[in-house]
Amino acid sequence: MTTETAPLADAADPGAPAALLSVRDLGMTFPGPRGTLRRRPGIRAVDGVTFDVRPGETLGLVGESGCGKSTTGRMLVRLLDPTAGRVSFRGQDITTTPQHRLRPLRSRFQMIFQDPFASLNPRQTVQQIIAAPLRAQGEGKQRIRAEVRDLVRLVGLAPEHLERYPHQFSGGQAQRIGIARALATRPELVVADEPVSALDVSIQAQIVGLMERLQAELGVAYVFIAHDLAVVKHISHRVAVMYLGRIVEIGDKQQVYDHPAHPYTKALLSAVPLPDPAAERTRERIVLLGDPPSPANPPSGCTFHPRCPKAQDVCRTEAPLLTLTAPGRQAACHFPEA
Amino acid sequence: MTSHPLLDVHDLAVEFTTEEGTVRAVKGVDFTVERGRTLGIVGESGSGKSVTSLAVMGLHRGATVTGSAKLDGTELVGAPDDDLRKLRGRRMAMVFQDALTALHPYFTVGDQIAEAYRAHFGGTRRAALARAVDVLGDVGIPEPARRADEHPHQFSGGMRQRAMIALALSCEPDLVIADEPTTALDVTVQAQVLELLMRLQQERGLGIVMITHDLGVIARVADDVLVMYGGSAAEQAPADTLFTTPRHPYTRGLLDSLPRLDAEDGAELRSIPGSPPSLLAPPAGCAFHPRCAVYAAKPDARCTGERPLLRTVADGHRSACVHDEVTA
Repeated sequence: MTTETAPLADAADPGAPAALLSVRDLGMTFPGPRGTLRRRPGIRAVDGVTFDVRPGETLGLVGESGCGKSTTGRMLVRLLDPTAGRVSFRGQDITTTPQHRLRPLRSRFQMIFQDPFASLNPRQTVQQIIAAPLRAQGEGKQRIRAEVRDLVRLVGLAPEHLERYPHQFSGGQAQRIGIARALATRPELVVADEPVSALDVSIQAQIVGLMERLQAELGVAYVFIAHDLAVVKHISHRVAVMYLGRIVEIGDKQQVYDHPAHPYTKALLSAVPLPDPAAERTRERIVLLGDPPSPANPPSGCTFHPRCPKAQDVCRTEAPLLTLTAPGRQAACHFPEA
Repeated sequence: MTSHPLLDVHDLAVEFTTEEGTVRAVKGVDFTVERGRTLGIVGESGSGKSVTSLAVMGLHRGATVTGSAKLDGTELVGAPDDDLRKLRGRRMAMVFQDALTALHPYFTVGDQIAEAYRAHFGGTRRAALARAVDVLGDVGIPEPARRADEHPHQFSGGMRQRAMIALALSCEPDLVIADEPTTALDVTVQAQVLELLMRLQQERGLGIVMITHDLGVIARVADDVLVMYGGSAAEQAPADTLFTTPRHPYTRGLLDSLPRLDAEDGAELRSIPGSPPSLLAPPAGCAFHPRCAVYAAKPDARCTGERPLLRTVADGHRSACVHDEVTA
């Protein structure tokens, strides 16, 4: 049912396995602030976002603050109700299903949050936190105890941690608890929103490594949302780059990073400082002018045109569509890189 | 006159007394900053990198600072508040991570810069405001005269950071300490702000201390690097040397655990096990030994005995590891 309405993603790779998650024309318009007489126009945080996630793969979602990547992530697991478009999980539309009917499905897609402390109840023990999704699924007490023990070991914690509270852990350990909770119901998909950006550099690698190992062991698919392009490159199979609520480029990781088609992707990659002073002195750097614009008042045409070094007249008036520029890769630009 | 370095820090230590005991946040660091050069201080949370800079500026509250920090020959540690106040802003200035917190929300950006300028140079309010507009222009804020009349919340993140740099530069200091100045910014804006700092440094011969956790930023701007861990210096070297031939197991672990844009596909991340140490109950001996790969492979009583001191391992390159002869 979803594959029929998914010409975009499947055209890229006809031999691809059926999508685990398919996202079509997803949009979110937040209501504007109340004015004196009427509401001011809404803020279009996400607009026309379309992609697929295949079983067991990692799709990286990158972009700068305000680009809509977190809003998209929350809609994928229905923590937010989209105002347009559709998200299907294993062919079943989850955007319009009433919440009570969604519950049995919820065990199959979970979320990991950025701030491990804010997302764990400070008054619950680790045991209670990890058990919560299992209880919600109506599992028996015995079964839950055994499962929770397995889960803490799986994420590299010890059973003696179970009776402690979140504040007794470091940031990295707290994130492990969040991961254990997300995996409790053995989901097929986990949406991870900036799961390592609050952690120290030496701890980030531990968590990224853990997520990779868990994927290999459990076959779980990830949507990995982050602003750190190096982390996303490391963990992802495919990458989508967002700018002002839209996907401007999506494709296989190696292609997107080695030969970016969209000028924004190119500039973004060139702005990341490399931990290599010799390379830093010589490499070509595209310094974009200005800040990312506000989604409350987006520029006309291609929303990137005011900062784009390649902008022509057509870019100011016509919004480019996401089109295939190479096998397995799409970009939304009137003048994509060859 | 220029016989001594711009900033000369020697055996600087900072202690806090808390309810749970004494925290030795910085345990004796040494470094110098020359005019026109950038020292990068890199470390994780609790490494003491920010506390070091606050101690230099005399901005620590309730801490005991010992050792020495000389700005152009003038001792800062233990100097009377009045003397420090005359130096802060005028000879040395600070750029913070969060400009929205560091700037006053109630006053216009122009007024805040003008106030700082008048505190040191006096003169009329009008002249000081004109100066504020000048420096806002210098840091690349478009329409500086109009923006000077706006409040910090009306600025975007990048513009706000520029405004804070303008505030820091308004009295033409010799030394700027920047504590994670681009951490809260998007990468494209970070690139702009780093570019700006480097341009201003070239134009004015500023000495810069750049404090960050981001090794990429260090590689981009620093001439020399100080790597801190658990309140001590782990390694000190010219930037090129540090990245090509890191000596301390912590520095090497940090570089190996970094996901890199320029990495080969499928390159493995080798993470450092464990977490940064608690400053309340630091490990005995080398603060890094519980996480150290060298120690794990070959436990050594020297690692758990005394805190290792920095030793010169090559020209201008110092490392605080008892195993250096093995790891070199």
